[in-house]
Amino acid sequence: MSATQTKVPAGTWNLDPVHSAVGFEVDYLAGTFRGQFRDVQAELGIADSGARIEGSAEVGSVDVKDENLAAHLQSPDFFDAERFPTLRFVAEEIDLDGESVAVPGEITIKGVTKPVEVTGTLSEPITDAYGNERLGLKLSARVDRTDFGVDWNTPLPTGNPALANDVTIVAELQLVKAA
Amino acid sequence: MTKVLAISGSLRSDSFNSKLLRNAVEFFSDDVEIEILDGLKDIPPYDEDDDGDGAPEAVHALRAAFAGADAVFISTPEYNSSVPGQLKNALDWVSRPLATNPLRNKPAVVVGASTGAFGAVWAQAELRKVLAAIGARVVEAEVAVGHAPTRFDEDGTLVDEDLREQLGEVVEALVSAVAERQELARTAA
Repeated sequence: MSATQTKVPAGTWNLDPVHSAVGFEVDYLAGTFRGQFRDVQAELGIADSGARIEGSAEVGSVDVKDENLAAHLQSPDFFDAERFPTLRFVAEEIDLDGESVAVPGEITIKGVTKPVEVTGTLSEPITDAYGNERLGLKLSARVDRTDFGVDWNTPLPTGNPALANDVTIVAELQLVKAA
Repeated sequence: MTKVLAISGSLRSDSFNSKLLRNAVEFFSDDVEIEILDGLKDIPPYDEDDDGDGAPEAVHALRAAFAGADAVFISTPEYNSSVPGQLKNALDWVSRPLATNPLRNKPAVVVGASTGAFGAVWAQAELRKVLAAIGARVVEAEVAVGHAPTRFDEDGTLVDEDLREQLGEVVEALVSAVAERQELARTAA
């Protein structure tokens, strides 16, 4: 743990899911397509010995602007929610450098676990209107979805694939210190 | 008891794909109940105006057959490099509404026969794509019966040993997919 990490008080920090967002961004056709997961969990644990974060998102809660697309994303063609209902992330050693965060961790998608390098920013803890200590953590990671067996695609008239393989996973988390 | 809905995509009475389907049925063990779908010819063209509670009786029966099955086994011919219209049309009815259709997560396997050399491989590929888009759990296995008139005897028995072995493997893969899903449901319960 670096010296700058001491600015975050030790203890357990729980996710405030209402004011957090976990989703993905992927190039599709002529732009970037985004989706979110409504049902997410995360916990940040900070102790003198180090910091740890783990989080999860339920595939069945994927939120896009079309229910048929949501159904397709949950199907075996994509995340296969029936067999692999939960996406997971865990990092046992969080490395802080000022406001920036580098988190080498492991991500599990469609039952496949791979190491991933997550980067982001950490806000200074504040005390909210209800007296809770609260901090913000923004994380992102880039993965190749085909490494996890999420292989769907369809060719454009040019023959090029419509959907990119590289996907950015974005988590904007607000965490509240447990009493 | 596991129930498999078996579908021939051909309407012709002496269809090679119907023969292939009947051969496949024999590879299932006795504890698997097979329903061979008939009535494909009675399904009208998909029209959203006709869908819903007032959908045609043949469509209700079609949807009930899919809903009552644990898996789907389809043998398809190939028309102009693709899936026959009547088969695609039936799947279009079954797929609506997409988010709750009875094919979602259901194991499905595709085989095919054609009079040409390639055994309906393009139709099979397109059918797998269609099934996946509907949300089925498409089993990655293929049997392509090319030169179909030479592959069956007078009784309709598939006589090519390699193809028979492949057919047995496809049936086994489908049954395994069903068993895996049933185990998953037991674990979750």
